[in-house]
Amino acid sequence: MEFKDYYKLLEVDRTATADDIKSAYRKMARKYHPDVSKEPQAEARFKEIGEAYEVLQDPEKRVAYDQLGNRWRAGQEFTPPPDWAAGFEFTPGGASAGEATDYSDFFSTLFGNFSRHSASTRAHGEDHHAKIFIALEDAFHGGTHTMTLRAPQLDEQGRVVLRERTLNVRIPKGIRDGQLIRLSGQGAPGAGGAPGGDLYLEVHFDPHALYRVEGHDLSLTLPLAPWEAALGATVKAPTPTGVVEVKIPPGSQGGQKLRLKGRGIPGEPAGDFYLVLDVVLPKAETEQAQQIYRTMARELAFNPRHSLGV
Amino acid sequence: MDMENEILTGSVVGDEGVLALEELARACGAESEWIVELVAVGVLAPQGRETTDWRFHATDLTCARRVARLQRDFDASLDAAAVMLDLLNQIEQLRARLKRAGLAVD
Repeated sequence: MEFKDYYKLLEVDRTATADDIKSAYRKMARKYHPDVSKEPQAEARFKEIGEAYEVLQDPEKRVAYDQLGNRWRAGQEFTPPPDWAAGFEFTPGGASAGEATDYSDFFSTLFGNFSRHSASTRAHGEDHHAKIFIALEDAFHGGTHTMTLRAPQLDEQGRVVLRERTLNVRIPKGIRDGQLIRLSGQGAPGAGGAPGGDLYLEVHFDPHALYRVEGHDLSLTLPLAPWEAALGATVKAPTPTGVVEVKIPPGSQGGQKLRLKGRGIPGEPAGDFYLVLDVVLPKAETEQAQQIYRTMARELAFNPRHSLGV
Repeated sequence: MDMENEILTGSVVGDEGVLALEELARACGAESEWIVELVAVGVLAPQGRETTDWRFHATDLTCARRVARLQRDFDASLDAAAVMLDLLNQIEQLRARLKRAGLAVD
C-alpha cells in the first residue's frame, strides 16, 4: 500500500500547531467538498484531506503517525513497522455512521476502521450508498449493470482487509436519472443476528451523444434543409427505440420544437420526445449553388432584420 | 451460490413516496428526530400528515444525506446547511438549463 503524507496533503509543516492544521483543513474542505466543489477529483481529494485531518487533529494519532518519522515519502510502498503503535490505544471516531467505509488502506491498517459497533450487541447493519452510471438505452429496454464495490471487513485474525465484491443489478425499464434502486440486505452485515443494511444505488445516465434528458423527456436537435423547413417534409430522426419518420409542417423555423408524445422514457405516463429544429444552410461553394442563392435574393424580397426596424 | 452470476433485483425509489421515516433515517445513518427537524425547516416535504404516515421520495434521501454531510463537514447549523442546499440546487438547475441550451459549463 502507498504511504500517505498527511502533512503534505493538508499543505502544512510537520511543526504546525493544532490551530494551523484546523485552519488549513477548513480552507481545503471548502475548496474540495464534493457537494460544493466543481474541482476535478473533488470527492477523492476531500476524502484524503478528511483522513489527514482526522489523524493530525487527534493528538494520540498524530504522535503515533509522527513516530513513523520521515522514513517514507508520499506514494512510496509502505508496510507498517512491527512495533507500530505499540503502547497506543486509539479512540474510534471521526466519520459518522453510514460513512465509515471511506478510509484508505493506509489509514485502516494504521488506525483500524471497525470500532463503531461492538459485535456482542444486536445492531441492524448500516445502509450503504453508491452511484451508478448507466446508458440511457437501459431505461428504454431494461438491462443489467455489473458493479464492483470495495468495503473494509475483518478477516479471521481481526485485521481490516478490503474485500471486493461484484454485483449484477437488474436495471428496470423506465428508470430515470436521480432515482434509487434499493437492494435489501446488500449493505453492511448486521451484528448479533440482526438484519443487514440495504444498499442504495443512485442512478445516473451517461451523457448521450445525441439526446438530452430532462426528467422522463428527451430532446434531440434535428438538422433541416431550408426547403424542408419552408415547404414541409417527412424526414427521418433517430430515437432510442429506432428510426422514426417525422412530418415537418410547412413554414417551420429553426428553434421550434416538435413533440413526439410518449416517445420519451417509458412509464406511466411515458415521457415525450422533443425535436428541436435546426435549419442548416447549404454551402455556396459551387457556381450553381451561388446562382440559386442569388435568385432567392432577387426574387424573395426577404428582410430577416424586419423586426429590428432596419 | 455463485455470486458472479446472480442478478439482483431491487425496488425503485422514485417520485412516489415509498420510504418511511425510520427507513429514511437509517439510510442516512441518522436518528428519526433529525429527519423530523429537516421536515420542520422545510428541507424535506413528505407525503402524509402524521409522522407515522410520512412517505419520502428518492430526492428526499439525496437531500438529507447532502445536508448531513454539509452539517458534519462544515460544522454548520441545520439552517445554514438548508440555505447551502437551496443555493446548490439553484446552481444545479441553472447548469442544467445552460446545458440544454447547448452552453456547456464545467
